[in-house]
Amino acid sequence: MRLRLEQREKTSPWLNITLPLAAIAATLVLCGGLIALAGANAIDAYGVLFASALESKFALVETIVKATPMVLTGLAVAIAFRAKFWNIGAEGQFLLGAMAAVYVGTQESLPGWSLVPLMIVAGILAGGLWAVLAAVLKTRFKVDDVVTTLLLNFVVFYAMMALLDGPWKDPLSGYPDSPDILPAAEFPILLHATRLHLGVLLAALAALFLWWLMRFTTLGFAIRAVGENPRAARYAGLNITRVIILTAMISGGLAGLAGVGEAAGLHYQVMAGISTGYGYTGIVIAMLARLNPLGVVPSAIFFAIVITGADAMSRSTGVPVFLSDVIQGTALMTMMIALLFTSYRVRLSLSAHG
Amino acid sequence: MTEGMTETAPMLALRGICKSFGAVRANWEVDLTLHRGDILGLLGENGAGKTTLMNVLFGTYSADAGQIEIDGEAVTINDSAAAIAHGIGMVHQHFHLVAHHGVLENLMVGQKGRYGMLDRAHAIERLAWIGEEYELRLAPETPAGALTIGEQQRLEIIKALYRGARILILDEPTAVLTPQEADGLFKAMRALADKGMGVIFISHKLFEVREITNRIMIMRHGVVTTTLDNTPDLTDRQLGELMCGHELTPPEKPAVAVGRVLLGLSNISAGGTPDRPVLKDISLEVRAGEILGLAGVSGNGQSELAEVISGVLPPHEGAIEIDGERLHRPSVREITARGVGRVPEDRMGTGLVTTLPLSDNMVLPRIDRPPFSRHGIIDHRAIREFVTKQVERYGIQTAAIDVRTGTLSGGNLQKALLARELAWDPLVLLVAQPTRGIDVGATEFVHRQFLDLRARGRGLLVISEDLEELFTLADRIAVIYEGRIMGIIPAAEATTRNVGLLMAGYREAA
Repeated sequence: MRLRLEQREKTSPWLNITLPLAAIAATLVLCGGLIALAGANAIDAYGVLFASALESKFALVETIVKATPMVLTGLAVAIAFRAKFWNIGAEGQFLLGAMAAVYVGTQESLPGWSLVPLMIVAGILAGGLWAVLAAVLKTRFKVDDVVTTLLLNFVVFYAMMALLDGPWKDPLSGYPDSPDILPAAEFPILLHATRLHLGVLLAALAALFLWWLMRFTTLGFAIRAVGENPRAARYAGLNITRVIILTAMISGGLAGLAGVGEAAGLHYQVMAGISTGYGYTGIVIAMLARLNPLGVVPSAIFFAIVITGADAMSRSTGVPVFLSDVIQGTALMTMMIALLFTSYRVRLSLSAHG
Repeated sequence: MTEGMTETAPMLALRGICKSFGAVRANWEVDLTLHRGDILGLLGENGAGKTTLMNVLFGTYSADAGQIEIDGEAVTINDSAAAIAHGIGMVHQHFHLVAHHGVLENLMVGQKGRYGMLDRAHAIERLAWIGEEYELRLAPETPAGALTIGEQQRLEIIKALYRGARILILDEPTAVLTPQEADGLFKAMRALADKGMGVIFISHKLFEVREITNRIMIMRHGVVTTTLDNTPDLTDRQLGELMCGHELTPPEKPAVAVGRVLLGLSNISAGGTPDRPVLKDISLEVRAGEILGLAGVSGNGQSELAEVISGVLPPHEGAIEIDGERLHRPSVREITARGVGRVPEDRMGTGLVTTLPLSDNMVLPRIDRPPFSRHGIIDHRAIREFVTKQVERYGIQTAAIDVRTGTLSGGNLQKALLARELAWDPLVLLVAQPTRGIDVGATEFVHRQFLDLRARGRGLLVISEDLEELFTLADRIAVIYEGRIMGIIPAAEATTRNVGLLMAGYREAA
C-alpha cells in the first residue's frame, strides 16, 4: 500500500476556507506543545490569548487597528506573489511610505486640507517606486528579486535611522524620532474615543479594490498568466515587463500606504520602531490567505489577535511572549503544507509492485 | 563481429518491451539484443519510440510489459542508479555538467568516497586510465564550461565509463557536433567496441549510421520494423525507405486555386547572435489556398522560424510580409491583429497556462480586446459564451469550461489551441508539430480542419517532423537543414527519398 498524490481537476472554493482553518488548527495544536513545555495549560493560555483580543468593543477595535498595516502588507505580498514577483521588500516600502507621509505632513507651506490626500499619494508613490526599482533590476538585468527586495529593506532602514539620528531628528526629543506631523495632517478618527483611524477604512477599500482588480480587469488576468507561465503569456502577446512593473508599483504602493496609515493614524511621526516587521508578517498573511485579497483580511486579523493577545497571555500564564512569533512561523509552515492539497488530493492505493 | 562465434548470452537483451502513454503506444513488443563489441544503430523518425525505449532501459520509465536481461539474467531497473549499477551509461543530447567545476570534479559529483572523503588521487588515476584505454583524453583541471561542445560530450562519455558503464547509450550524439568532432567521436566509439563494450547509437543521420554501426535496428510507430546487419552495399535510400515505411503518395486533395501571397518571409536571419544566427537567409511564401509543409530533423531552426513568424523572436535581418504589407519587427499583438493564427509546438510550455482554467486559456491571446474586455474590464459572460461555443463546436472533451487546463488530454489540449485560433478565421495559420503525441482520431480531426481552411482560401504553414503528415497535407514541402531552406519540392514530385536526403543535408540529390 502506498500514498499517491493525484491532481485535482478543480480547486473547490470550500478549500479556500477549510485549508487555512486546518492550517491554523494544526498550528495551535503544535504550539500547544510548546505552551505545555513552558509549564502552562494550553487551553487556558489560548483562552486568554483570544479573549483578551476580542472580549470588549475596545479590544476588538484595537485588534482591527493592529491588523490594518498587516492587511495592506499582506495585500502587497499577495499581488506580487501572484505574478511571481517575489517581493520580500514590503518592510522597506512600508518605511518609505511612512517617511514620505511624514515629510509631506510636516510641510507648513501646504494648505491644511491638502495634507491628508497628498500624504497618501506620496506614501503610495514612494513605496511603489522602491518596489519598481527591484522590478526593473529583475526584468532588465535578470537580478534575483528575492535578494534585491530583501536587501533594499536594509538600505531604507539604515538610511532612515541615519536621518532620524541626524538632520531629521526632532530637536525636542531625546530619541531618534522625526518631528511630529501638523494637526491638519493627522488621519481623522472614525469612531469616537477609539484609535479607529482613516487608515482602517483605506485598508478595507484596498482589499476590495485588489479583489476587483484580480477578478475583473485584464491586468489581473495578465498577472495570473505571467505568474503561472511567463512563456505562454509572452507567446500570447502579453508584455511581461510591463505586467511585472505594474505589479511592483501596486504592491509597493500598498505597502507604502500601510506606512502612511501607521504614521498619520497612530504615531504622527517616524521613529525607529514604527514597523514591528509588518512587511515580513505580510508574507505569512498572504500565504495563509492563499494570495486571495479578500482572504488577507481575516488572515491579518488572526495575526493581530495572536500578536496583541500574546501580551495578555504572557502576563497571566507566564508563557514567554515570543510564542507569538513561533505561532506566526508555524502557521507559514502548516499553510505551505496545506497548499499542496489545493492542487492534489491524496489517494491510498494498493499496488502490486512498488 | 559476432558472426560464427559460439556466443554466450548477449550482454544486453530487451524482450517484449511495451510502454504506452495514455492511448499512445510508444513501444510495442520491442526486442533488442546487444553483444560485446556491438555498435547498434537505432534508427527511426521522431516519435518512433527510440527515446522511450532507451528511457525504459535507463530506468527513467518503467515498462508496462517485457523484460530486461543483462548477461542472460533478468534484472529490474527502476531508476538511473540501478541502470548505472548494471553497467549501463547514457549520454543525453543535453549534457549534465557543472560548468564551474573542473573535469575531475564533474566525474566525482555524486560519488561517495570512503568515510565521506573524496578520493582525488584515485579519480585522477582512473581518468588517466580511461584516456589510455579508450583514447578519451581530457585535462583533469579544465572547467567544464571552458570545454568545447565536443569535449563536453567526451566528458559525459568518460563520466559514464568512470561509473563502470559497459553498455553505452548515445542519444543523437552527433546532433550537436561539427563533422570533425563527429569523426573524433566515431574513433572513440570504435575503441570502446574493440575493448568489448556495447554501444547503442541513436541517430536520424543515415550516412552516420552506415559508417559507424555493425547492426541497425529500425523503429516506426513504436514497433521494430527491421533489424539488419550493416553491409557495405547498404545505401541511404534503402535505409530511408525502411525508416519512413512504404513510399508515400499524397492522397487526393480537392484542387484549390492558389491565390496571392498571404505570408512572405524574405532573407530572414534570426536567433543565436547576429554574426552566427540560427536561421540563415530564409525566404518562404505561403499563398492563399495552399498548405506549405516545413520538413526537417528536429533542432534545425524550426522552432526559431515559428517564433519569428509568431512575433516572439525579432529577426536580426529580413522582412516579414502579411497579406502584402511589410512589417518591421512586428510584435505578437500586431501579428495576431493581422490575422495570423498560431499553434505552438510545445502545447503545455508555450501554448497554455496549464494551471489556469481552460476558459482563461481559450481567450488568452485576445483578452485585451472586445468582446472579452473593454477598457481593461473583463466581460466574464462573453468569455463563458465564447468558450462554451468553441468547446461544443470542436468537441473538446472536458468536464466543465473552468477545469484546470493541465488535466485535459493532449488531443483535447490541441483542439483547444486550434479552436482559440480558428474561431477568428485566421488568414494564415502557423502550426508546429500539430499531431505530435495525440491519438489517431484527434490527428484526423486536426488534418480535416487544415484542409478545410485551405479550401476556404487561407494559407497554412505546417511545421512537422512527421513526413507522413506532410505528405498527406502539404501542397509544397520546404526542407530546413541547419537553419537554411535546402529546397522546396511540390508535393507531386516529393518522395521520401528526395525529401529525406534534403533533410540529411544533401542538396545535390534533390
